[in-house]
Amino acid sequence: MKIHEYQAKELFKKYNIPIPEGGVAFNSNEAEKIAENLGRFPVVVKAQIHAGGRGKGGGVKLAGSIDEVAGIAGDIIGMNLVTHQTGPEGKMVNKALVEQGLNIEKELYLSIIPDRATGKIVIMASEAGGMDIEEVAAATPEKIIKVYIDPLVGIQPFHSRQVAFGLKLTPTVMKPFVSMLVSLYRLFIDYDCSLVEINPLVITAEETVIALDAKVDFDDNSLYRHKDILEYRDVDEEDPLEVEASKFNLNYIKLDGNVGNMVNGAGLAMATMDIIKLAGAEPANFLDVGGGASAEMVENGFRIMLADKNVKGILINIFGGILRCDVLAEGVVKAAEKTDINVPVVIRMEGTNVEEGRKVLAESGLNLITATDMKDAAQKVAKLVTGY
Amino acid sequence: MSVFVDNNTRLLVQGITGKEGKFHTQQCVAYGTNVVAGVTPGKGGQKMDDIPVFNTVKEAVNQTGANCSMIFVPPAFAADAIMEATDAEVELIVTITEGIPVMDMMKVKNYMEGAKSRLIGPNCPGIITPGQCKVGIMPGPIHKPGGPVGVVSRSGTLTYEVVHQLTLKGIGQTTCIGIGGDPVNGTNFIDCLDAFEKDPETTGIAMVGEIGGTAEEEAAEFITKNVTKPVVGFIAGLTAPPGRRMGHAGAIISGSSGTAQAKIDAMKAGGIHICENLGTFGDLCAEVFS
Repeated sequence: MKIHEYQAKELFKKYNIPIPEGGVAFNSNEAEKIAENLGRFPVVVKAQIHAGGRGKGGGVKLAGSIDEVAGIAGDIIGMNLVTHQTGPEGKMVNKALVEQGLNIEKELYLSIIPDRATGKIVIMASEAGGMDIEEVAAATPEKIIKVYIDPLVGIQPFHSRQVAFGLKLTPTVMKPFVSMLVSLYRLFIDYDCSLVEINPLVITAEETVIALDAKVDFDDNSLYRHKDILEYRDVDEEDPLEVEASKFNLNYIKLDGNVGNMVNGAGLAMATMDIIKLAGAEPANFLDVGGGASAEMVENGFRIMLADKNVKGILINIFGGILRCDVLAEGVVKAAEKTDINVPVVIRMEGTNVEEGRKVLAESGLNLITATDMKDAAQKVAKLVTGY
Repeated sequence: MSVFVDNNTRLLVQGITGKEGKFHTQQCVAYGTNVVAGVTPGKGGQKMDDIPVFNTVKEAVNQTGANCSMIFVPPAFAADAIMEATDAEVELIVTITEGIPVMDMMKVKNYMEGAKSRLIGPNCPGIITPGQCKVGIMPGPIHKPGGPVGVVSRSGTLTYEVVHQLTLKGIGQTTCIGIGGDPVNGTNFIDCLDAFEKDPETTGIAMVGEIGGTAEEEAAEFITKNVTKPVVGFIAGLTAPPGRRMGHAGAIISGSSGTAQAKIDAMKAGGIHICENLGTFGDLCAEVFS
C-alpha cells in the first residue's frame, strides 16, 4: 500500500525524524495560512499524488511571497499532473504540501528495503541524492552504499557507522544522522514497510539533517496488524474499478486493452494476458479470482470487467484445482442472467469437474464460445475483437 | 527416483482440523500419500478421519516418525508454525499458506539458516511425485507418473497448465515443485535445478517463472555452469505494467528490475529453450525432450 508524502512525514514526526516545517492544504486559502504561520520565505508547494517525478511534471514549485503561495497552490491543486509514473493520462491533484524552504548544503539518498534473495534488510545510501537512484546505480554503482541487516538481530551501531562514513559526513552531522537512521529502521520494522525512502535527505548549511522528501510503502500482507495505516488509504488515488473489485476480494488491475479476462491464479492470469497480446489483441485487465472463488465472486468479476467500456470481448480461462469448473460455470450462468453481457465471451476450462462444468454451460442456453485450449481461446477472442 | 518426496515420505499436517487443512489432507490421502499425523494446538488426542492429532510438532514427530510437514495455518500464525517444524527438525516443510507478512518470512529465512529443514513455499501449491506422493493442493489426475521431466514453478494454476500440456503429450514427470509466489521464500529455482540435475531419472527440466525479483536470472547463470540436462522455460508477465503487484506478492516490476523481458533474455543467454507462447509449451517440450 502506498501513502502520500505528507502522511509519510507524519509518521517520520512520530519517530523524531527531522522534517521541514509545514502542513497539507486542500485549497489555496489553506496554503496561504500555512505559509503565514511559517513566517518566512521561500516556501515550497508540493503536489500530493501517489507517483514520483512530481518536480519534473511541474508539481513542485518555490514561492517567494504569500501571493505567490496562493497562486501556485491554486495552480497545483486541481491540476492534472503528468509524470513518468502516472502514465500519459496523468493524475488529479487534490492537495498540496506547503513547507519551509531550506538552505541546502548537500543532498543525499537513503532508503531501507527488504532483500528478497537473502531475507535481510538492506540500507541503501548514496551521496548522489535528489537523482533517480536507478540511474545512479547503473552509471556509478560504486557510489551506492549497501548495508545488510539480519532482521533477527536488528540494526547495530557498526551498521550505522558503515553508512555514515560511507557518506563522508562531517563529525557534527554524524550524530544526528545516526540517530535518524536508527529511528528510520525502527519505523521500517514497526510498520512492516516494503520501502522507506528519503530522496533527498538534506544536510543544511546549519549542519542539520532533514528529510526533504518521504516515501513509505507497506507490505499488503501485514496490513491486518496496522489498522492505523489503513486510515491513510486514499481511494482517490486508485482506479474506481479496482476499488470496487477490492470490496469483493478480487485481484483486479485495470489496463488499457480491449479483451477482459478472468482467470484463477496470478501466474496463469499473467500468462493469459500475454497470450491475448500474442494473438493480436490487448488485455483490458488482470483479474485473478483466486483458488477458492465462489459463484458470487465470478459474478462480481463479470460485472467489473463489463463496467470497463473499452472491453469488446471476454476470455475466461480456468484451470480447476480447488476452484471446481462446475462452480465457475454456475457463476458465469448467474452473472449472465443478472447482467446484460453485450460482448462475446470465450470460455476455456480444464481440470477438476470439467465435464460437469461444460454441461452447466451447454444447458444454460447462453451464447458462449468454448475453446479447447489456451491458444485456441486467445485466437478466438482476438478474432472477435479485431474482426480478422 | 524423484526429488524431495517419494514413497518414504511420512506426512504430518499443521492445521489439519481447519476447513482447508482437512479437505486437502483427505485429497492427499486419496492420492496415496502416507499421512501419519496432524497438529492443531489444543486438539491433541483427537482424530481427523483416522489420523491422530497432536498439540505440538515435536510430539507428532516423536510418536509417528513424520519427516515432512504440510502447513495450512492462517497467515498471522504461519511463520510460527514453520519455525516450530524447523525446531522439531522436520526434513521438509511445505507451506501452502498465502499472505504471510514479508517481515515474518525474513525472520523465518534467517532462523532456518543452517537448520536441518528444507522449506518449500510459502504461497505455493506444494510438491508432487506423481504416482507416489502428493504434498499440496494440486489436482492429482493431471500428472503422469514415471518421469522423465522435472517441473519447477513460482505459480500454482500456471504449473497445472504446464503439467497438463506435458501429460497430454505423453510426457511424464519425476517431481513437480511449486516454490511459491512470495518475495521471500525457502527452496529456490537453483535448489530444484540442482536436485533435478542430480536425479538420474530426470532427463529434462521445465522451469516456469514470472515477473519480480532476479531468481530467474540467477537460475539461468546456474544452468549455464552446472546443468547438463535440457531446460524449457516460460516467463509470465510480458504485458504486466510496472509498479503493480500482480496477484502474487512477489510478482512486481520495481523500477527496471524484474521485467519478463530481462528474465527471458538471461534465460536465452543461459541456453534455456524459451517458450514464447504458453499454448505451445507441450509442443516445445516434446521437441526438446525427445
